[in-house]
Amino acid sequence: MRPRLTWVHGHAVLVFAFLYLPILVLIVYSFNGESVAGFPPHGWTLRWYSELFADDALWSSVANSLLVAAVAVALALLFGIPAALALDRANFPGKRVFRRLVLLPLILPGIITGLSLLTLFAAAGAQLSLITVAIGHGTALISVAVTEVSAGLQKFDRALEEASRDLGAREWYTFRRITLPSLKLPIIAAALLIFTLSLDEIAVSFFLVGRENTLPLEIWSRLRRGMTPEINAVSTLIFAFSVITIVIWYKLRGSTTGAESR
Amino acid sequence: MYSRAYQRLVSIPPLLWVSVFLLIPYASLFCISFWQVRSQQIVHEWTLHNYAQLIHNPVYLEVLGRSARIAASVTILALLLGVPLAYFVCMRAGRFQNLLYQLVIIPLWVSYLVRAYAWKTILGGNGVLNTLLIHVGILHQPASFFLYSPFAVILTLTHIYTPFVFLPTYASMAHIPKALVEASSDLGASPVRSFWTLIFPLSLPGIVAGATFAFVLSLGDFIAPLLIGGPNGIMISNIVVSLFGAAYDWPLGSAISLCILILVVVLISTTESIEKRLQLGGAR
Amino acid sequence: MSPLLTIAGINKSFGSTKVLQDVSLDIENGEFLTILGESGSGKTTLLRIIAGFENADSGSLTMQGSPLDSQPANRRNVNTVFQHYALFPHLTVFENIAYGLRAKRIAAAEIKTRVEAALAQMRMSEMAARRPAQLSGGQQQRIALARALVNRPALLLLDEPLSALDASLRVHMQGELKALQRETGITFVFVTHDQEEAITLSDRIAVLRNGGLEQIDTPRELYNRPRTAYVAAFIGKANLLPNGMAVRPENVQVVVPGSAPVGSTSQSWIGTVKRIVFAGASDLIEVDCSDGLVISARVPSGGSYPPIVQLLVAAEHLISLS
Repeated sequence: MRPRLTWVHGHAVLVFAFLYLPILVLIVYSFNGESVAGFPPHGWTLRWYSELFADDALWSSVANSLLVAAVAVALALLFGIPAALALDRANFPGKRVFRRLVLLPLILPGIITGLSLLTLFAAAGAQLSLITVAIGHGTALISVAVTEVSAGLQKFDRALEEASRDLGAREWYTFRRITLPSLKLPIIAAALLIFTLSLDEIAVSFFLVGRENTLPLEIWSRLRRGMTPEINAVSTLIFAFSVITIVIWYKLRGSTTGAESR
Repeated sequence: MYSRAYQRLVSIPPLLWVSVFLLIPYASLFCISFWQVRSQQIVHEWTLHNYAQLIHNPVYLEVLGRSARIAASVTILALLLGVPLAYFVCMRAGRFQNLLYQLVIIPLWVSYLVRAYAWKTILGGNGVLNTLLIHVGILHQPASFFLYSPFAVILTLTHIYTPFVFLPTYASMAHIPKALVEASSDLGASPVRSFWTLIFPLSLPGIVAGATFAFVLSLGDFIAPLLIGGPNGIMISNIVVSLFGAAYDWPLGSAISLCILILVVVLISTTESIEKRLQLGGAR
Repeated sequence: MSPLLTIAGINKSFGSTKVLQDVSLDIENGEFLTILGESGSGKTTLLRIIAGFENADSGSLTMQGSPLDSQPANRRNVNTVFQHYALFPHLTVFENIAYGLRAKRIAAAEIKTRVEAALAQMRMSEMAARRPAQLSGGQQQRIALARALVNRPALLLLDEPLSALDASLRVHMQGELKALQRETGITFVFVTHDQEEAITLSDRIAVLRNGGLEQIDTPRELYNRPRTAYVAAFIGKANLLPNGMAVRPENVQVVVPGSAPVGSTSQSWIGTVKRIVFAGASDLIEVDCSDGLVISARVPSGGSYPPIVQLLVAAEHLISLS
C-alpha cells in the first residue's frame, strides 16, 4: 500500500516552514551585503562575521556565559542527582511539597524565579554578579536534572541493587559501582541540556546580573539600541552550536522518540 | 530497603538548597508584597494596599486581561500547529520519524532572543512578509500592524511555544501501544476515525500538559513584548519589570508576581488532576 | 468447494532476514486452521500479512476470488484477536465491542442488539459498563474475542491468544474457542507454538519452520504420517532412527531380552535402561542402544525393568521420512 498524501502531510510542511523561517532569515541576513534589513537582501559578505570576531565586548560576554553555564551545571547536578534519588527512594515529611517546589521552575515564567531570588539577594545585602546569575540558573535547572535522572531511575532495575547487596556489598559501594554508572547517560544528557539552556537563559539572568553581561543580555542590550547585522552573525553561530549539541544530546539519550514501542 | 542514613544523605542537601533558594525567595516575595514604598525606600509596614491597587486600578486588570487573551491565543494556535504535527511525526512519518522529531526540537535550542529578533526582520516595514504581500498584490503599501503589535507578540510566542506543545503530545502518542492502533484499523476504522476515537483521547494527558506550558509561559513572557510588542503589546510581566526597575515599586511588583505564582500553581494542580483522571480512565 | 483464502508464494524479508519463504496454502471455509511453529518460524508475520499490517514482498492473497492484498487493513473482511488483546483502555467493554460496528456506521439500535448478544454469548453481560483494566486476563480475552466476532468476519485471526493465560484457564479457553468456532461456523486461523494446543483445536495444522511450510495436514495425519524429521519430532515425541525412519514411543514394545514378541516385529534392539521418567499415566523409558542411539518407549506407569531390555517395533508403526 503506497502511503497516501493527505492534508496531514501538507500541514506538517507548513508547520516546519513556520518553525524554520526565522532561522533561515537569520542565516541569510548574516551574509547580507547591506546593513539595513530590507528584503530581499543584496550582496554577499562575511563582513559581519569578521566584525563579530573583533568584538571584544561580545566575546567577553561569551566567556561569562560559558562560565555561568559550567557553574550552573555543577550546581544543578550536585543538588539535582540527590534530589532525584530522594524522590525515588527516601521518605520524609513534605516530600510532595518538595517535589512540587523543585519542578516548579520548569513551568514558572523565568521572571518570577528571577525576581524572587533578587529579593533574597537584596535582603541578604549580596551584590549582583555572575555568581548570583549562576545561582539563579543552577537553582532553576535543578528541575531539569531531577527530570532526567528520575527518568533514568524509572528504567533502572532495582533487582541489580538487590543482587549487589545480596553479594555482600554495602550501600555506598552499591551506589558507586551499580547505581551511578547506570545513571551515566541521563546525567550527561542532563548536563548538556542544562548547559545549553543556561547559555540561552535571559529571563532569570535579567534580574540577577551585575556589571558583567552574559551573552543573551549583551545581545539584548544591543538590540535595544538598534539593529546591527552582527547580531545575525552571532545568532547563526549560536544556531550551529545548538544543532551540534542537540545531535550529541540526542545520540546520548538514546531513543527518546518512543520508537521502541513502534 | 534503603537505610535511614542513605535516605538522609540524599534528601538533606537538596532540601537545604531548595529551602534557601526557592522557598525563602518566594516567602520574601510574599512579605514584600504586603509592604510599602515611601520616598524611594521599602518600608516594612504591613498593608493590603498593593492588592487593593491591583483590583481597583483598571490599568492592571486591563493589561492582565490582554495578557490572558494573548496567552490563550498563543495556546490555541500552538495546539493547532503542534498536535497534528505530533500525530504526523509519531504515526505517519515511517522511517523519517527520528529525523523529523529532531527537526522539531532544533529550533527550541536556538536562542529565544535570536528567534524573536528574526521575527522583527520578517514583520518589519521592509521585511519579508510585507514585501511578499505587496509583490503578490494583496497590499499596496507596507502594513504597520505586523510589527510592534499584539499580533507580532502572538506570532512570535506561537513560534516559540509550538515545540513545547509538540513534545509532551508526542510522548503521549508514542506511549500508545502499536497493537491498539492496529486493532482499531482491524475493526474497520479509517485513519481519521482512529485518530478521534483512539489516538486523541489517549494523548490528552500530553496535550493538556503542552497547553499548560504554552499558556503559562506566554502569560509570563516579557521579552517578546519589549522587542516587538509596541505600546499595545505590553503584557503583565512588563509592568512587573518596570516596577522593579524605573518605576521602583517592589511591593506592588511583588504583589503581581505573587499573583502570577499562585495562578501558575493552581493551574498546574488543576491540569495535573485532570491528567490523572484521564490516565485512570485510559489505564496505561 | 473453493477455498476461502488462497495464499500463494508469499515471500517476506525484514532487512536482510528472510522471514517467509515461498509460502502457499489454502484456507478452507469453516475450518479451524492452526499455523504452528517455533519463534522465528514466521507464523506471526504470515498472520499479520493476512490481517493487512504487513505487506508481502511477493506473492498474492486471494479471498473468495478477489485479491486481498490491495485492500488496506481496515477494509478487509478479516478480524484479529491480538496476543495481548489490545483492548481500548479508555472505552467501556460495551464500547470496545461496539467499536467495529460504529466504524461501519451501523444503526445504534442494531449495535445495541448485536453487542448485547455477543456479551451474552461470552457470559459477560454484567461487565458491559466496566473498563478493561478492571477485568481478569480470561475476561479480557473473551471481550477481545467478542469484539472481533461481533463484526461477523469471513475470517478470524488469533495471534497466540491463550499464551498469556495460566495453564488451567488455558485448557478451559481452548474448549470454549473450539465450541465457539463450531457454533459460529466462522473460519478460524490460529497461531501458536504449542503443539498440544494445535492438536486439540485444529481441523488442520500448517507447520512452519524458518519461514517455510513443512507440512499441512490434519492432526492425525501429521502425527501418524509426518513427512519430515522436524514434523515428527515437533508433533508429539518421536524416535528418529538412522535409516530415515521414525517410530512413536508408544509403539515401542519393551520386553525381557529373548522373550517372544507380541505380533509381528520388523525391528528390534537390545540396550541398557538409561532413565525412567514418570509422566503421570505412563512412564517413558530411555534405552541406550548401540552406536549412540537412544530410543524412548512409553510404558504403563509403575512397572519395573531389568537393566538390559529388548525393544520391538512392528512394521506398520515405522514412519518413513523424507
